[in-house]
Amino acid sequence: MTTSAPTAVVPSVARTISTTASRGKKRLTSPWASLAAVVIAVLWTLPTLGLLVTSFREETDIRRTGWWTALSDPTFTLDNYREALGRESGGGGLVDYLVNSFVITVPSVVIPMVLAALAAYAFAWIHFPGRDFLFIAVFALQIVPIQVTLIPLLTLFVQGDVGEFVRIWVAHSTFALPLAVFLLHNFMRDVPAELIEAARVDGAGHVKTFFSVVLPLMTPALAAFGIFQFLWVWNDLLVALTFAGGTPQTAPMTVALANLSGTRGTDWYLLSAGAFISIVIPVVVFLALQRYFVRGLLAGSVKG
Amino acid sequence: MALAVVVFLALIALVLFLIGRISGRRGDRAVALGFVGPTLLLVAVGLVYPALRTILQSFQQADGSGFVGLDNYQFIFTNSDQLTVLRNTALWVVVTPFVATGIGLVYAVLIDRARVEAFAKALIFLPMAISFVGASIIWKFVYEFRPEQGNIQQIGLLNQVLVWLGFSPQQFLVNAPWNTLFLIAVMIWVQAGFAMTVLSAAIKAIPDDIIEAARLDGVSGVGLFRHITVPSIRPALVVVLTTIGIATLKVFDIVRTMTGGQFDTNVVANEFYTQAFRADQGGIGAALAVVLFALVVPIVAYNIRQLRASEAR
Amino acid sequence: MGSRTNRPAALAAGVLGLSLVLTACGSDNGGDDTASGGSGGGSGADCSAYEQYTQDFPGIDGKTVSVYTSIVTPEDQPHLDSYAAFEECTGVDVQYEGDKAFEAQVLVRAKAGNAPDIAYVPQPGLLQQLVATGAAVPAPEQTAANVDEFFGEDWKGYGSVDGQFYAAPLGANVKSFVWYSPSEFEDSGYEVPTTLDELKSLTDQMVADGKVPWCAGIASGEATGWPVTDWMEDMMLRLNGPEVYDQWVNHEIPFNGPESTAALDAVGEYLKNPEYVNGGYGDVTTIATTTFQDGGLPIIDGACSLHRQAGFYAANWPEGTEVAEDGDVFAFYLPGQTAEDRPVLGGGEFVLAFDDRPEVQAFQTFLSSDTWANEKAIATPQGGWVSANSGLEVDNLVSPIDQLSAEILQDPNAVFRFDGSDQMPGAVGADAFWKQATNWITGQSTQETVDKIEAAWPAS
Repeated sequence: MTTSAPTAVVPSVARTISTTASRGKKRLTSPWASLAAVVIAVLWTLPTLGLLVTSFREETDIRRTGWWTALSDPTFTLDNYREALGRESGGGGLVDYLVNSFVITVPSVVIPMVLAALAAYAFAWIHFPGRDFLFIAVFALQIVPIQVTLIPLLTLFVQGDVGEFVRIWVAHSTFALPLAVFLLHNFMRDVPAELIEAARVDGAGHVKTFFSVVLPLMTPALAAFGIFQFLWVWNDLLVALTFAGGTPQTAPMTVALANLSGTRGTDWYLLSAGAFISIVIPVVVFLALQRYFVRGLLAGSVKG
Repeated sequence: MALAVVVFLALIALVLFLIGRISGRRGDRAVALGFVGPTLLLVAVGLVYPALRTILQSFQQADGSGFVGLDNYQFIFTNSDQLTVLRNTALWVVVTPFVATGIGLVYAVLIDRARVEAFAKALIFLPMAISFVGASIIWKFVYEFRPEQGNIQQIGLLNQVLVWLGFSPQQFLVNAPWNTLFLIAVMIWVQAGFAMTVLSAAIKAIPDDIIEAARLDGVSGVGLFRHITVPSIRPALVVVLTTIGIATLKVFDIVRTMTGGQFDTNVVANEFYTQAFRADQGGIGAALAVVLFALVVPIVAYNIRQLRASEAR
Repeated sequence: MGSRTNRPAALAAGVLGLSLVLTACGSDNGGDDTASGGSGGGSGADCSAYEQYTQDFPGIDGKTVSVYTSIVTPEDQPHLDSYAAFEECTGVDVQYEGDKAFEAQVLVRAKAGNAPDIAYVPQPGLLQQLVATGAAVPAPEQTAANVDEFFGEDWKGYGSVDGQFYAAPLGANVKSFVWYSPSEFEDSGYEVPTTLDELKSLTDQMVADGKVPWCAGIASGEATGWPVTDWMEDMMLRLNGPEVYDQWVNHEIPFNGPESTAALDAVGEYLKNPEYVNGGYGDVTTIATTTFQDGGLPIIDGACSLHRQAGFYAANWPEGTEVAEDGDVFAFYLPGQTAEDRPVLGGGEFVLAFDDRPEVQAFQTFLSSDTWANEKAIATPQGGWVSANSGLEVDNLVSPIDQLSAEILQDPNAVFRFDGSDQMPGAVGADAFWKQATNWITGQSTQETVDKIEAAWPAS
């Protein structure tokens, strides 16, 4: 059942895509278009800029004057960052929580990515009874609010004596699957049928076709899903609190940040610094992955 | 963590290796089971079972002690506060996906092939990376109100702009019905980055020959956008609209942190949370969750039609 | 909540870690400040006060007790410090977990069979819900004995469900306070009022002096509206007396009856009077969007003069504000109808156990003792904590507002009543009451407000 045909097909597709990209389309250029782009970019960035400036201001200044006044009359301080980083929560420093965030996030991204890729392939290219119904069912499950699942799922985990991190990985993976399958399936369907059929005619099984033909074409889509799932898990508070609790042994950074403002929200101004501490890593990840999905989610659609 | 990932990948590899050995027509079903089995198992336990429980609970009393028929639903569809909740949710789900997708699409087209494209994309993407706690603080400094009074200065940007322009400052989050639109703006701000990323990728996948042909026919600018770009990325548009639509139905953090659902800004997802977790009214909470399920039906139906249509091609 | 007076010191410690500062404080009581000690030997703590626990509850050495609370950093550190000596002397290891989402999470955990050993429950209403899950266990007799000795009947009642005693009171706070600026009072010749009528005439005098006397803020995310409920409860207690107040809380009289309407109208005389509010923020409706944290701050700027809020508001003043009778800000007791009438509205936490292992009961009993109350007072050098425990020595409290709170709580003439909305069913106390109170601020009539809250009362 091994033949070289499927692998031979891939480079040719890759070549098609790369030539498409490199030939270069002329972009829409007009001063109005540029202006519109700049306006949108400014509108989208301004609120965040305000928070950035705020995070360097004194508490009383934040309460009394708008952040923009600091631009003409700059009095900045690092106190908010110092206090946010120096706070210990429940006996653990911010670093403990940062490590937990990684321990929680990496498997919670990898597991649904792999499972959804496999499922999406099957829904797109394997004929089996009940396929369309199952696909629609999985897709529709996106709407189930996470909150209704907390008690039943936690009960099962407690009864099964499942470890805290495993609980949280399984929970995040489960919640991610409907959207992941939906997104990846849409991509999968855009892989030209000829490619799959060529591989099948050459005798490759589905497992081999998946790995040698489809998977290489999916890198951009997987990267795109990966970043969205990363962001979701990284910023999640509810799932982490419910399944892993709020102790420094298992809780992610969002728990420490949510608690930054104090029991009665007195120190809410620290949240501005906290938000920027937590944003650093997602932005780094986005910039690092961007080149993978600059061609992007549906880049494989070589169809006419 | 690394160990867990390795163990997981090894398990998957083993399953795939085993089903890879099975061949022939009958093998297809085994392969399909191996591919979709883990996903179906997880969603069955983690989502289907709780969903069924919720549906059952929606016909029960608050403490689950007895059945009350459709009472919980009757409450949702007759109580005047609850009707406001439904109306607001409708507004959210109609406005958010289209505006967010529209802005994402326009921006993606405008910056396509620009020299600073990567940077320009990162700017719009940034809001997605901010947690809801951060976002609520950010928007506090946009909508915050201070009176026109002596030495008191505005600390909300929007009101400062109004003052600069010579208008009176407004209480953006209190005055219904506009306050709902100001909350929706936050969701659009978050979701436009998603739309932009996906649609930008789709635009780049439009084959050059199509565009060249259109140009030779004298189509350009807005015409090119309308007649070539939009139809070519139609599947991606449907994906984006669907995803944002569902995310909008489920979002409750924005409403909860910014107005607590007051001043007539409440939405189903937030009211569900309130009833189930704060008011100790599990039955009504469950019924609201079921209403959420029901609201997604049109979106699902539309996607099925798209699926059928593309299969028929 | 740390008073800001010591902030500069804490800030200086900065990145080096607050633990350094806290180590210094912790060592005063000879405790093991890491809060994870429990080796049972060594550093010379006086363990005589703790022998009773090892005697009454044998075999607890080396065992672990998990505690789940809504108290988070930095207010959690005094808690960790307060039982360091207990851990060292008994060998019990206490695992502390603070969580701002406690109120929703503790129910989820209890229902899913994942309850902690002990939870600090801040509302009697939530206590009833938790007991109703079937996961909670009644308090042991040793704890009950402590509560009989150190707390009033009223407090024991709030920790009981259907006559069964479950939870001993822990901390307490006094809500019947009006914050003001002592220097402004001195400069303008204002007197601290001792009756409601005097409060009213003081307010009018301030208006005559060209001021907007009161400021308020009730925005608090999903809990927006709660400060109005506190106002109304204070007025209910003052105008109708404690017995009617209890009937009202227990729904033995309707929420839309004449007593209730009178109380809300009395609040309206202040909060809905455009001449009285909202100093520094604008018209009446700005009360709805000003956060409760910001509510009283215009007092420092001189933009308003009076702000009714609990003693814990002490933590909200910006760094460097001196909270004392001769300082920048202080609070006076919200007076009753006469000077002799001294009703007090307050809140507090209760220690509910979900397990009856000996180490859990030992810790539960310790928390209800006078030993713990004084340890906690000493472990809170920045202030912001009080208890209704009569064994608490007021001198151990550092901040003037805490001392005032403790004096009020221990005053034999004072009639204490727990925050009413915290005792009402969730559908009212944590939903309709907040929501309708907010609508009331933004223009809804008193009658419509009380009618809607009455309608939200669950039938049972």
